[in-house]
Amino acid sequence: MKALEFFDHIVKHPGEYAEKWKKETHGKVIGHFCSYTPVEIITAAGALPFRIFSSGVDISKADAHLQAYSCSLVRGALEDALSGQLDFLDGTVFPHTCDSIQRLSDIWRMNTNFGFHSDLILPVKLIGESAGEYMTAVLRKFKEALEKNIGVRISEEDLKKGIETCNRVRENLGRLYSLRQKNLHVIQSSDVHTIFKASMIMDAKQAAEKLHGLVVELEGELEGELEGESKGDNDASVPERKRLVLSGGLCTMPDIYDIVETAGGAVVWDDFCTGSRYFEGEIEEMNDPIAAIASRYLKRVNCPAKHSGVLSRGEYLVEKVRQNQADGVIFLFLKFCDPHAFDYPYMKEMLEKQGVPSMLFEIEDQTSSEGQLKTRCEAFMEML
Amino acid sequence: MTESQKPIDPEKEKRKIKSDKRMKEIMTEYYVEAKTPREQRGKKIAWITSGGPVEPLICMDIIPVYPENYGAMIGASKMGVDLCEKSEEMGYSRDLCSYARADIASATVNGGPIGGLPEPDMLICCNNICGTVLKWYEVQARYFKVPLFILDTPICHTEFTKEMRQYVVKQIKEYIAFLEDVCGKPFDYDRMDEVGALSFRGQELWQAILDTTMHKPAPITCFDAFFHLAMIVTLRGTRTVVDYYEMLLAEMKERIAAGIGMIPDEKHRLLWDNLPIWYKMRWLSDKFASHNACLVADTYTSGWTSSMKYLDPDDFLGSLAEGYTRIFLNAGTDIMADNIMGMAEKYDAVGVVFHSNRSCKPYSLGQYDIQRIVQEKMGLPTLMIEADMVDERSFSESQIDTRIDAFIEML
Ligand code: SF4
Ligand code: SF4
Repeated sequence: MKALEFFDHIVKHPGEYAEKWKKETHGKVIGHFCSYTPVEIITAAGALPFRIFSSGVDISKADAHLQAYSCSLVRGALEDALSGQLDFLDGTVFPHTCDSIQRLSDIWRMNTNFGFHSDLILPVKLIGESAGEYMTAVLRKFKEALEKNIGVRISEEDLKKGIETCNRVRENLGRLYSLRQKNLHVIQSSDVHTIFKASMIMDAKQAAEKLHGLVVELEGELEGELEGESKGDNDASVPERKRLVLSGGLCTMPDIYDIVETAGGAVVWDDFCTGSRYFEGEIEEMNDPIAAIASRYLKRVNCPAKHSGVLSRGEYLVEKVRQNQADGVIFLFLKFCDPHAFDYPYMKEMLEKQGVPSMLFEIEDQTSSEGQLKTRCEAFMEML
Repeated sequence: MTESQKPIDPEKEKRKIKSDKRMKEIMTEYYVEAKTPREQRGKKIAWITSGGPVEPLICMDIIPVYPENYGAMIGASKMGVDLCEKSEEMGYSRDLCSYARADIASATVNGGPIGGLPEPDMLICCNNICGTVLKWYEVQARYFKVPLFILDTPICHTEFTKEMRQYVVKQIKEYIAFLEDVCGKPFDYDRMDEVGALSFRGQELWQAILDTTMHKPAPITCFDAFFHLAMIVTLRGTRTVVDYYEMLLAEMKERIAAGIGMIPDEKHRLLWDNLPIWYKMRWLSDKFASHNACLVADTYTSGWTSSMKYLDPDDFLGSLAEGYTRIFLNAGTDIMADNIMGMAEKYDAVGVVFHSNRSCKPYSLGQYDIQRIVQEKMGLPTLMIEADMVDERSFSESQIDTRIDAFIEML
């Protein structure tokens, strides 16, 4: 499929995309680290919000700044920055999440020179009146800092448009998820992942259009199929796959989906910040656009580095398993990731109480983990 | 040979800190009261993080209990590995903070040197030290099923903004409302003034004690400070701390007057960065002493006075938000580097020993840069020790032994 190749190319060459975009638009590229970055505001400023994933190169320069007990995302991103792979950036935003990102921000600020450096210190606690007020205040301040630093004025209209565009990206990503959810053969999970990753790098308007085109195409294909000969999930020629939900903080391991699928599984949902957390929760079109952005962050399921109750993430996971009639859960996170490692035991226990089996896989670094993950996945699938 | 049969070494005897005995008594009384069964005790118990605002609890007659202090006790009594392994069996990764791991396990088996901490009636978590405490207190809130209050103190990488101030000030009000609710009684603002003043006085005295090491020879080393720290952490805001530290300070002054240094022949004055390695305190202290090296100050124990400049003794409650947000660990790496350089000058240190503590990411990540800055700007030699504060499995004695020797030779 042509559209897929297009997304795949971007994921494989993110820098090339950003540089080309810059040349064409004369806009600024703002790197960032997580789904708590208000990409709507950056888009409204006419800049490109560029999510930084570690390229996975061998670590050499970052070793002089980070101990071996920091996660591969943090080390890998710093390596990319120090070795010149991110030179197209005009700035970086660090939403405050975990302790490692917090210190990466300092090290980044002290050792790189991308221009705009923004510490976006959102509340850690997402419940209570004070947190809501503060969230909005910080986002407002971020907008002002961005305006000042890249020399633009962001009007109310710009903001509303930015929100609308990003909402459209989310809506289409959501449609892609439901397509996959209902009809596992229409699109592979690994492709969904590629598309997600590309959308986090691409210009929002372009992403919305491309995504829309793809979704319409796939939906059409499906309809045609339904009318014609059924090749759907109920077809006996397609062996029944185990339905799986992935949970954790995956950012860097592209092949996981292939591994799961080869082992006889199908991913039906996830709670990744590079997955469902990215598109869930539309921003309401309210009078105050910044307050609307804040409100989405407060309502959406939280990342483990934030707090919206002591059971929030476990309840979300159990609910998603139920909704998607999943057979099991695979927890996946990077080694040395504290927030996820702290949540794992209770989430696993909540699943157990519902009779849902799960397995945990800690990713140390991309390549060495793959073989192991394959074996573990196969064993898990057999057990289901 | 039992203690009493050992021949008394007059040299050693002279260097012993006499106040230690009183300190042990106070800490015992404190834990005995906290561990008294609920019905006889009458008071409620709050578990609170080491950097959390304890003063409102004291004001409400709640006994504050510090899992981190207990973590240190577990480490010092070498019970850390066992408890850490238990937590790993419970599914917690070995890469997590060993205070948290030890405490999470200890709660389920009443482990550690005093057979577990008394059960909390509430949990107070202030994230000014790390994000770990948030996750850790969530675990305990699920386990004990008690209310959890989170005081969210935004990290001040480069600044403390007016938005942050408003946010934390508002949370202090929420904190007080929470306490009124849990205790079913109104907050006593007059008493808060007294508690606040005592807390401030305690911090002043603690800093004065730490500052006695500016004198040469230093009357104590940071290993002594690690021991006496328990008081400012756990009983901050009480008269007990003030009285005790006055006594300890007087003793330090006497030592200075009599020319008694903790290291008999003090030659190299050094700084320590990061938490102590609790299970190796004696070994490390002896090791440095054998080289006539005196660790005159550290960034950890002075952490409890790091925000005095933002606190107002006459309006403690009003300045609480800023004071508790702007502690040294809740700031950028460059500010932490400045802090170390300031200390090196103040205490006239000739080198810095960094403990790269795999338990504590906010304290340890960034240390390599600090190390470089200290070397470049001040030309001070530094040593990096890779270890963990409680989990002994991450300590390689022979390797560290050699590295200390090599470092001292460089001085
Ligand atoms: S993977 Fe975990 S430790 Fe690494 S940056 Fe993300 S939250 Fe932090
Ligand atoms: S040792 Fe570090 S990570 Fe652990 S509780 Fe203390 S500040 Fe947090």
